[in-house]
Amino acid sequence: MLQGWVIVCASFAYIGFLFAVAWYADKRADQGRSLISTPYIYALSLGVYATAWTFYGSVGRAASDGVGFLPIYIGPTLMMILWWFVVRKMIRITKINRLTSLADFVASRYGKSALLGSLVTVIAVVGILPYISLQLKAISTSFQILLQYPEIVMPQKVGTAGIMNDTAFYIAVFMALFTVAFGTRKLDVAERHEGMVAAIAFESLVKLIAFLAVGVYVTFVMFNGPADIFSQAMRNPQLAALATPFGGAAGNYTSWIWLTILSMLAIMFLPRQFQIAVVENVDERHVNKAVWLFPLYMLAINLFVLPIAFGGLLHFQVGSVNADTFVLTLPMSQRQEWLALLVFIGGLSAATGMVIVETIALATMVCNDLVMPPLLRFTRARFMQHEELSNLLLDIRRAAIVSILLLGYFYYLLAGEAYALVSIGLISFAAVAQFAPVVIGGMYWRNGTRAGALAGLSLGFIFWAYTLMIPAFAQSGWLSVALIEQGPFGIELLKPLQLFGLKGLDQTTHAMIWSMLVNVGAYVLVSLLSRQSAAERIQATLFVDVLSQTGERTGFWRGTASASSLQTLVGRFLGPARAAELFDGYARSRGVAAADELDADARLVRFAEIQLAGAIGASSARAMVSSVVQEEPMGVDEVMAIIDEASQAIAHSQELEEKQAELEAATRELSSANARLKELDRLKDDFISTVTHELRTPLTSIRSFSEILHDNPDLSIEERSRFLAILVKESERLTRLINQVLDLAKLESNAAEWQNVTLDLREIVDDAVSTTSQLFKVKNVKLDVNFPGVLATVAADRDRLLQVMLNLLSNSIKFCDAERGEVVVTVSQQRESVQVDVADNGIGIAKQDQAYIFEKFRQVGDTLTEKPPGTGLGLAICREIVSHFGGQLWVVSEKSQGTTFSFSLPINTVAVE
Amino acid sequence: MAYRVLIADDEPAIATSLEFLLNKGGYDTQIARDGEVALRAAKTFNPDLIVLDLMLPRLSGLEVCMALRATPQSERLKILMLSARGGASERERARVAGVDAYQVKPFSTKELLAQVRDLLAGVPIGK
Amino acid sequence: MLKSVSTRGKRRVRGQLLICIFLLGVVLFNFPILALFNVGATLFGIPILFAYLFLAWAVLILLMYLAIERLQ
Repeated sequence: MLQGWVIVCASFAYIGFLFAVAWYADKRADQGRSLISTPYIYALSLGVYATAWTFYGSVGRAASDGVGFLPIYIGPTLMMILWWFVVRKMIRITKINRLTSLADFVASRYGKSALLGSLVTVIAVVGILPYISLQLKAISTSFQILLQYPEIVMPQKVGTAGIMNDTAFYIAVFMALFTVAFGTRKLDVAERHEGMVAAIAFESLVKLIAFLAVGVYVTFVMFNGPADIFSQAMRNPQLAALATPFGGAAGNYTSWIWLTILSMLAIMFLPRQFQIAVVENVDERHVNKAVWLFPLYMLAINLFVLPIAFGGLLHFQVGSVNADTFVLTLPMSQRQEWLALLVFIGGLSAATGMVIVETIALATMVCNDLVMPPLLRFTRARFMQHEELSNLLLDIRRAAIVSILLLGYFYYLLAGEAYALVSIGLISFAAVAQFAPVVIGGMYWRNGTRAGALAGLSLGFIFWAYTLMIPAFAQSGWLSVALIEQGPFGIELLKPLQLFGLKGLDQTTHAMIWSMLVNVGAYVLVSLLSRQSAAERIQATLFVDVLSQTGERTGFWRGTASASSLQTLVGRFLGPARAAELFDGYARSRGVAAADELDADARLVRFAEIQLAGAIGASSARAMVSSVVQEEPMGVDEVMAIIDEASQAIAHSQELEEKQAELEAATRELSSANARLKELDRLKDDFISTVTHELRTPLTSIRSFSEILHDNPDLSIEERSRFLAILVKESERLTRLINQVLDLAKLESNAAEWQNVTLDLREIVDDAVSTTSQLFKVKNVKLDVNFPGVLATVAADRDRLLQVMLNLLSNSIKFCDAERGEVVVTVSQQRESVQVDVADNGIGIAKQDQAYIFEKFRQVGDTLTEKPPGTGLGLAICREIVSHFGGQLWVVSEKSQGTTFSFSLPINTVAVE
Repeated sequence: MAYRVLIADDEPAIATSLEFLLNKGGYDTQIARDGEVALRAAKTFNPDLIVLDLMLPRLSGLEVCMALRATPQSERLKILMLSARGGASERERARVAGVDAYQVKPFSTKELLAQVRDLLAGVPIGK
Repeated sequence: MLKSVSTRGKRRVRGQLLICIFLLGVVLFNFPILALFNVGATLFGIPILFAYLFLAWAVLILLMYLAIERLQ
């Protein structure tokens, strides 16, 4: 016998156990040993998707159209694959911005718009009411049926008993109290409820076990396995038709496809799914495992739906028992009272799980996005006098929970009887699907604007209400049925179920097509036609680029505030002690001893805003913070500049990561270049010190002889003129040296002036030879010059080339054989250049010295004898000049075999004046 | 008898000026044009003081100085170094090598002569 | 450095793999593949459409499992 008190006691025992689970999980969380920080709990808690609708309704749907219940689970399975991309990004955005609900998410994305937040909240609450009424209906129905045990009697029509005798009413009240106790014990900044998550995961297990138990019982005890059930069913032509539900035409698949899409969106945008999957997520990595684990859960809980449905259809007289109750009535018919009680508890856990999470999520939205913004706006002065507002916040949420459940009950009274469980649920699915464009668009499309979001959401909502909500009321008798059958004012085109003449679709598909069309269309079109405000641009960038952001962002704020006023503000909402704790923690993280020493910079303001956002929502937090912060308004241009900078930085950082290897190579090159530079620097120092030394030598002689001449007026004429000659010679040497140093410096710094003309090298050589011919004669050196018949021209500066030639010729005189000096100059045409060789028959230059002779102040030669008269800069200058014209200067020599200096210049191919 | 001064410098003009100055100051002089010649002359000419250029061909002034200081004969030998480089590190190196005085080129002729006089003051004239 | 690059590479492969599985799922649970099984036949006594849907579903989950857990 199942007395009413037995059922009630079992229910309370179960609920009591849930509290114990939640309490334990909260205690563990406080100890820092979180119970829910495992992907398995996360995946199980996602099972809140399976409600009383799944538990009772799937079988009902299967009994009427075979596999028609499956898209509700196959859609989420497909969506879970994409979760890996989408939900991870959602979680990141939510955590960084401390968002607490879907409404917060949307409001925050579109410039922290309070209006948008409240619109989302209204849509969510109105849209979810049918869903909540569904749970109330399922529990009260199953309770009433179980109460009649062992008789199987379908319950009375809704509302006939009066509210005070209506089980559903008491269930609504009880659930409200239960949820208040569960979800609003304390105000959490992150809006996380570890205990609740643990309890929900536990409920997922209970409903799965209960459903599998009844499935196994029906399939293997009442029947001999699935093959037995189906083969019996196939003999009945009416049931056999359920095995091929699609018929022959391709159009019959439309409902299936749209139902799949609808469910894909529902798994993302149902407030309770967002709450569990995103807000309550403790670790982004948990998503990975949930991707396959949650579909597995759905597969398991649906495994026996078809056998139970067909079993029920075979077992009961057609039409005598509502197929939505087969799960319960089949074990009852076999007098399995304990199994029936387990099923009832399973259904209860499915319903309570949904109601708890859904109402908490909705209450947070109502409080943060509907009640708080106007409350803060219109009563700020009075409001700010409250020492602590956290209790007020909790009270608002409690009131919201109770109101939502009572509204759900009234919807149940109004429209609950008109539809089967699944159809009621689909109305809610279609409502939350309206969030998809603004949320998905907001996450991936930078240009979505607040105006676009408002337009899309409102139009989508209006079309949803017109095509789904109005017909539901009409079918319940609360509105004239004529509205549906003839259209408003008899306008055929506006018939809610055949809008603009669209016929042949089921109600949900019809509603989805119209609402999605106007929603997406308005969102995109208005977004493209409207301009984003500065705040919107900032938020859009933060959302879209969230995965490439590292660390905390700052810089989107300018203004002044004091740390203590911010702390006081946060304290009003979270309690002074908690605020002090938070601010001290923040101060420590910034390396400051105490909170009051903090600089009230952009980062601190953002920190305060985020803490508040957890409690009162993003848009209200924005408003509160701006009340204590003197903000300098930022123009769109400035924000654009910052955003451009930020996105460039992001792009760069990505490129940088990829180019790290290249960078490392470049670093190595740089360090070797640096070593070369250091070497050059050292050479430069050497050069300077050498130059100084070289300058000091003639200077020393000049000074000495000047002093000698000055101090010795009695010098003989001969001595005087000898000394004066030395003075003149040394002065000349000094002048030459200075000129050459300056010349070289000019060449090296490219400051020299060049006059490039087309030149025949023979002219230059001729010129140089005639200039030095006197010198050759004096030194008794024989000079031979060989010219080719034809010679290409080169492009160079005449004087500079002459300088090179003269230098080489005077060198050759200096170094050729002292007795029988001989110098040969040869001009020759090479393939791409013209070459000049100046060969002497002197002692030659040792191999090891050949590399050095072009360096500055390097003189090679037997210094024991007369030091060669030269500055040691000549060859260095020559090489600079030749290489300036793209040519080369080199030496070939063997010790005591003579020396040949050669230079070549490229043939002139470009016409020069 | 006069003090003997060896002039070791590869610049003919400087050597000539030093020769004139020292002769005028009453010293006997000899010129060496590189380090090796200077070392040989130190034995044959047996000077009381060497005016030694730092940047000599073959053997540098420092090398000549160290070679001289390694022989017992050098005890009474004074060394005055001439250099175009006047940095502290060069002076220190020269001091360590055994140089008695240091003059930076270009020098004042009076100062140089005074320094030579000071260095040789109290030194008995060699044989 | 090398490790992070290879992790990144693996992530990219996993992402592409998941998208392939998603597209496979879209095809498997859609017209016209479904029409192939919308016939009166049975498999071990179970209507072929029912059997197909659950099997395809299970295979899809297995593929997701492999893409997530085995691609380490």
